[in-house]
Order: sequence, then C-alpha cells, then structure tokens
Amino acid sequence: MTKYIPTIGVECHVQLATKTKLFSEVDNDARGKEPNSCVSPVDYALPGMLPRLNGKAIQYAILAGKAMNCEINTYSRFDRKHYFYPDSPKGYQITQFYHPIIGEGYVKLPSGTRIRIEHAHLEGDAAKLTHFDNYSLVDFNRVDTPLIEIVSMPDIHSAEDARDYCRELWRLMCFAGVTNGDLYNGNMRFDINTSIAPEGSDELGTRTEVKNLNSFKSVERAVAYEIKRQTKLLEKGEKVIQETRGWNDATGETTGQRSKEEAKDYRYMPEPDLPPINLTAEFVATEAEKLPMMPVDYREKFGGVLKGDILEILLDYPSLMYRLNEIDKAHTVAIANLFTSVLLAEEKSAEYLNDLPSAKDLNELVEMNEKKELSSTATKEVFLRLFDPQMKGRGTKNIAKELGLIQENDFGALEVIVDTVLAKPETQKAQADYKAGEEKVIGFLVGQVMKESHGKANPSAVQEILRKKLA
Amino acid sequence: MKIADKKTSAEKMVREALMKAKQYADYNIFTFLNEENAIKKAREIDEKIARGEEVGRLAGVPYALKDNFLSPEGQTTASAHILEGFVSPVTATAVKKLEDEGAIMIGRTNMDAFAHGSSTESSYYGPTLNAHDRERVAGGSSGGSAVAVALGIVEFATGTDTGGSIRQPASFNGVYGLKPTYGTISRYGVVAMASSTDCIGFFANTPEDINLLMEIASGQDPKDMTTLPDYYNTTKLTNKNVKIGIIKDFDNESVDPDIRKALTRKINSLKTKGHEIVELEMPTLKYALAAYYIIVPAEIASNLSRYDGVRYGFRSEKSEDLDALYKNTRSEGFMPENKRRIMIGNFVLSSGFYDAYFLKAAKVRTLIVQEYEKAFEKCDYILSPVTPSPAFKLGAKTNDPVAMYLEDAMTVPLNLAGVPGLTIPAGKTEDGIALGLQLVGPRRSDKALIAFAKELQDE
Repeated sequence: MTKYIPTIGVECHVQLATKTKLFSEVDNDARGKEPNSCVSPVDYALPGMLPRLNGKAIQYAILAGKAMNCEINTYSRFDRKHYFYPDSPKGYQITQFYHPIIGEGYVKLPSGTRIRIEHAHLEGDAAKLTHFDNYSLVDFNRVDTPLIEIVSMPDIHSAEDARDYCRELWRLMCFAGVTNGDLYNGNMRFDINTSIAPEGSDELGTRTEVKNLNSFKSVERAVAYEIKRQTKLLEKGEKVIQETRGWNDATGETTGQRSKEEAKDYRYMPEPDLPPINLTAEFVATEAEKLPMMPVDYREKFGGVLKGDILEILLDYPSLMYRLNEIDKAHTVAIANLFTSVLLAEEKSAEYLNDLPSAKDLNELVEMNEKKELSSTATKEVFLRLFDPQMKGRGTKNIAKELGLIQENDFGALEVIVDTVLAKPETQKAQADYKAGEEKVIGFLVGQVMKESHGKANPSAVQEILRKKLA
Repeated sequence: MKIADKKTSAEKMVREALMKAKQYADYNIFTFLNEENAIKKAREIDEKIARGEEVGRLAGVPYALKDNFLSPEGQTTASAHILEGFVSPVTATAVKKLEDEGAIMIGRTNMDAFAHGSSTESSYYGPTLNAHDRERVAGGSSGGSAVAVALGIVEFATGTDTGGSIRQPASFNGVYGLKPTYGTISRYGVVAMASSTDCIGFFANTPEDINLLMEIASGQDPKDMTTLPDYYNTTKLTNKNVKIGIIKDFDNESVDPDIRKALTRKINSLKTKGHEIVELEMPTLKYALAAYYIIVPAEIASNLSRYDGVRYGFRSEKSEDLDALYKNTRSEGFMPENKRRIMIGNFVLSSGFYDAYFLKAAKVRTLIVQEYEKAFEKCDYILSPVTPSPAFKLGAKTNDPVAMYLEDAMTVPLNLAGVPGLTIPAGKTEDGIALGLQLVGPRRSDKALIAFAKELQDE
C-alpha cells in the first residue's frame, strides 16, 4: 500500500497586548468590559476617520520577529483587504499584504526540528459577531486589536509536530511579552492547512484548511483527523477537495462547510491613509535588544540543572519560569520540583499563577527545609500557604510559625523533653529493651518524645539524643 | 477679512449672512442653515468683546462649510442620500481650528454627492446655480461653497479638492480658490473621497484672506498621519523677477477663446511687471486624466465600503437578509455617479487587473510627479487654464460622464503630483460668465504662491 506523507502549514494569529488599539487610542483590553464600550470613532468607521498607527505594535512586531529568528524588514507598508461583513466596519481590513514587517525566520521545536517562518505581518482584528435565530449582534470592542499573523512554511509532517509548533509559538510570544497568551479567550488562534502526498512525490496534495483552533490539543486532533480522512479518500481512489472545514471538538471530526466558496477577491490596495513604515537599522537593533530571555535561553541556563521534562513543563508557565530565574541557584531544583509536583497538582493552581510569592519567601522556604526547621511535609504545606490569598505576604517564617510547623532543633531544649520522657514510668520497659539490644524500640521512644513536643521536635535530632542517653 | 469689534457686532454679521443666504435660497446653495447656533455663538463673541477679552483672528466671521466636513452642527451628509440622518459626534480638525479663531458656520453647502462630480448636479439635493448665470452650473464638487462666496453671502467657505473640486467652481464663479500642497491641512473629519489626492482648501475674495485661512488651518495633526510638519509657514518668499511657465499643450484650439485671451492678458501683464515667461513641455500630463480615473475610483470604491447601512446613516427598509441589506442600502443610497466610480474602482483592483490598471496608473503618477519636479527647475510657477471652457449649461453634460470627466483634465495633474494650485479670477466673458486661471507651484510653495497671486490681480 502507498505510504502517504502529510504536510502541514500553520497560520497563527496573535493578539498583541498593547495598551491601545492598532489604529486608535481606545483601550485594547476589553476583558470584563461591556460590549461596544472600547470603540473609538475610528474603530467604528465613521466618515472621515483616519487610522493612526500605534508605535507600540511596531515595537512588539520587532520582538515577535526576533523571537522567531526572523528578518525585520526596515520597509513595510499597510494594505486594505476588502470584504463586506458586519465584523468589518470599514468594509476592509488593514493588513500588510505586499510588504510585511517580519520576514523569513524559523522556530526550533524542543525535539530539534526546525519549522521555517515564511513571513509575519501586522493587521487589525475583526469585530465579534454573536448569531441568534433571526438576528445577530456585533461587538466592536475587538475591532483593530493589533494582530500578528505568522505564516509557516509547509515544514510540518505530523500532528504531533503541528501541536509542538503551535505550543512553541505560544511560548515564544508569551516569553517575548507581546501577548497575554490567553488561548481560551482567543489571544492566539491557529489555522491549519493539511495535505497528504505519496512518499517520494515532488508535489503536495490538495490541502484543506481548518480555521480558528484555539488549543494545542485541538490542533493535534484536527490534523490527525484530516490525515486519516484524506488517506482514506485517496485509498478509495477519491479526491480531496480544496475547502475550509470546521472543527467539532465534541465529536473530534472536521466537516466540510460547503459554502459557495468562489475564490474570494479581496481587491488589495495600498492603504493611502498610512505612510509606509521606514525603520532604521539602529532602531530595530535597539528594540531587538529588549527581547527578554526566550525558551532557548532558559533551556541553556537550566538544562544542566533540571530534568528535561520538568523544564519543558515550566516553559508552559512563563510566570513560574520567571520566578525560578530569580531564585538562588542552589534552590532551583527544590523550587522547580515544588512548582511542578505540588503547585501544578493543586486544583486552584491556575488562579495562583497570576500572583506568585516572592523569590525571597521561596528562598527562605528552601532554607528552612535545609536547616530541618521544616519537615518535607511541612515544607509542602507552607509552600502552598504562600499562595493562599489569606496568608500570602506575611513571610515564610511567620506562616510556618502560625501553623506551628517549625521543628525544634535546639539540642538543649530537646534534651529537657527527652529527659522528661525517659523519667516516665511507661517508657521504662522500652529503655530496658533497647539497652538489651532491641534496636527497633527506639522508634517507640522517638514517638513519645514527638508527642511530648507536640510534633515540633526534629525526629532525627531526637533519635541522636536518645542514643546518646541510652548508650 | 472683516472681523467683529465694538462697532460691528458678530451678531449683526451673522444675521446679515443668514439673511443673504435666505435671499438667495433659489440658488440651492445650502443643505442646512445653522441659524440658532450661529447667533448664539455670535453673541458669545460679542460678550467677550464687550468684556474687553481677546478674540480670535476670525472673530464673528460667518462662513460656509462644505457638507463633507464633520461637525455636530446639522447633519453631515456629503449631499448623499446614504448619509441622511447622520449627525457627527466628532469635529473635523480644520473646522475646530477655524472655530477656535472665532469663525461662525452659518450653513452647510451643497456639493456633488461624496464630491463625485464637476457641476454639483450629482447632489442628492439637486444642483446649485452659477452665481453669475442661473442657467449655468456652479461647477463642482464644491459648488455651494463657491457660489456662497461669489454672491457675497460669506467672506469665505471651505472646500475639498480631489481633482479640481475647489479650483474649477472658483473659476466658474469668479473667486479665489486654493488647493494646497497635499497634507497641508488635516483630512481628519472630512468625508473621504480619494485619500491620496484629497485636499482641504478655501474659497475667498482675496489672496490675503486665503493666506490668513491657511495660516490658521494648516499644520501637522496627530489624527492624520499624512499631514506635513508645518511646511506651509516655512516657505521662502521669492516673488521678484519670477519665471512663469506656460504649458504648450494647454494652449490649443480645444481651449475656449475667451480663456486663451484671459491667459494672454495675464501673461502680458506679468511681462510688463518684469517677470519672465518660459514655455514648458509636459508630455506626460496627457495621461494624467486616465491615471486619475483609475487611482481615484479605486480609492473611492474602498472608502465608500463603510457605507453599508449597518451602523449609521440611511438603511433600506425592505431587507430580509444581510446580502439584501447591503445591496438595497447601497443601490438606493448612492447616486449614479457614485455607483459608476465604485464599479470602475472595484474593477481596476480586482485580481488579474490590478497590475494592468492600478499599478500602471501608479507608475504614471510617479512620472507626473517627476515631470512637475523637472518643470519647476525651469520656472517658479506655472500659469494655466483651470478648465478648457467656462461654466457650462445645466444638464449639458449629465448624460455624458466622459465629457464631465474631461472637465478635470487640467486640474487633476496637480492632485496626482500633490502640488498646490490657486484659482485666480480673470475677468468675464461678454455674456458675463466668470473666467479663471490657475497658478501652480512646487510642493510646499503655498505661501509664496498665494503672495505671488497679488501680482495677477485684476487691475
């Protein structure tokens, strides 16, 4: 049977977290705001309104481009892409069709595979429509939120790589600090183009497009489904139709959208209201300098210290990675483990991630554990309490004290307690047994001391004192 | 320009202007009269004067506003059905600058709908009549503004010039009309026709008034990224022993004899004043009209996309679905000339035709820009007719769009090149029809150009 090689290209839209919109001075962050409350006369496309380019979007585009190892084009320009639909108040989208700001580059996946970037361009987002039975509502809050559309080369050949590529893009954009990266709210959306061709063939097969996927899992599943579906078609001697297909997350299937699908003519035209963008090489270099540490830098820095899988998990949580980077070197492993095995196991971890305890508190926690002031169980408990809105900010030591979790390590104080226990009638038999060579009764005696100390004694210290006294 | 003071109240000036506007109602100059607000504003200025406070350079001066400038006073419709009912929440930068100096808008003036036209006959509100001959057109698209100044209703009026829409009606009605260098006055808040050629300008009775208005209205505007950084005020003035270019191709038998005579008269007068006349060959200009009627309709088609009946203005009643809403609203809301340009524009932008039409026209445009640059190496200014003939009869060209487009042959090259042009009154025909000529300068020479216009004033 013929073996088919899948080829996948991804177009990814990234919403930039600029303060204001791409072409107006209105708030770009509409989270939790009334529909149509973040709309300027420019966004609403009143007559005579002109776009005003947000310089921050240019700076973010440079960072995004650099994060993907891309050329930054010092000359770029905007174009109008025309179509009629209520999500487009101007009747056209302002985009960069002929001269994008970001040129060729590549993204390296954790597996080492390189996916080349064809280009990436700036454009304005569309409004949001909500359809009802016999009417639709438009919310213009999202109009002209700045987007970067990243277009990959068809370098991806498996569903897993498609997923990993999308995840890596997400990481790059988050670490570059250009997006809030909230996938659930559409901050990054993926369109996947999938085709299959017989192994050894020079030509690509007919491709289908699945638009607007907003999770890595759905990217992987949709690509896998398309590969399977297209393979079946070809094996049956049928043809793949070039079309846009919808993804149903519940059924795990794509379905043809059978729209009239005449080739759309967007009648692209240079945007006459915006002069071309001419960047100096110095400006690009200065902006590129501002690129923060990227996943590749974290891998280099922590690769020798942390296990690979732990590091990759942390790269999915940029805030944890940032904090880990501030922790004392000696404590990196301990904190990384607490992050991955304790924090991320918590139900509430998602809310905790936005407001992490300080590096100082975390360092102190590890130090207390190392000094045996906290048992490993107590360390985990105090660690979680550091995130607790009720307790956080009080300092590690205070929280530990308040919870009564600090171990007694003072030998003098411990000796007094040990003496009290050894004087008790109920311990006399055990003492005799120990002296007679019955080693394991030491456990009983330690337990008695722990009880007397209300659990605050450090058990290993207690054992040491007991052995000395009973020798 | 006469401004209000202790002797002449702003209220009196405004009331007189309003009275004249009503007296000339049958010329169909205004789409809206701003009676209540204008008088209220005039009184505020009079009170300031009475209190001895400082007032602006246009204190109490009544003016007429072309109907494509956004302001909250009256509907801004661009004389188009599709904008019926639209009251703007924003004020155009140019309007704000004028009003900050105390100018008072007494009414909005009639125009070809969306400024598409050369006669004001393509207005949803019907044609405006010529100030000097009621059987003739006012010219266009800023016909109402030109006539308002020519009949003495106001001392100045605003206009927009995308291909001649200020210079041609100024010429047809015998007043001064300036199309400045592209980008000199902010386009923010002015209903767009073709973004890359649209210019805001003025009609007035003297070069001095035009100069004052330009000083007030010009300047960089953060809301319009195509505005120039105050070049208007930094232009060098060199008006002694000036070289005047005459375009050979524009002086031929297709040009009306009265206009040719007027041109010769002015040339002779310039010579006697010690200026030099230079003959220019500008062969590329003959392609300007063709390039213009590709680039401009493309931008028009694009700029008119926003009028879809969804958010504001006119919406067709009988629309059962989205497609019908778009089709009906736009079919009923646009004038035939609007539709003609939308169709041409979409055609030249459609895939497969873009390179052959739009891109080619853009290249021609570059050549025209270069041709002007070369011409201005040989001369300081160019003097030419504004149109091949004076104001024509109402209805004469309404059924022949191409004849109407040919009206623009001598005005559009300036818009493609972005250079300034000033219409100068040049007497009248024996029948009393106004004549005009246009004085053209290099980019950013506006101030000097206006100053030089005094040399050409009728004795």
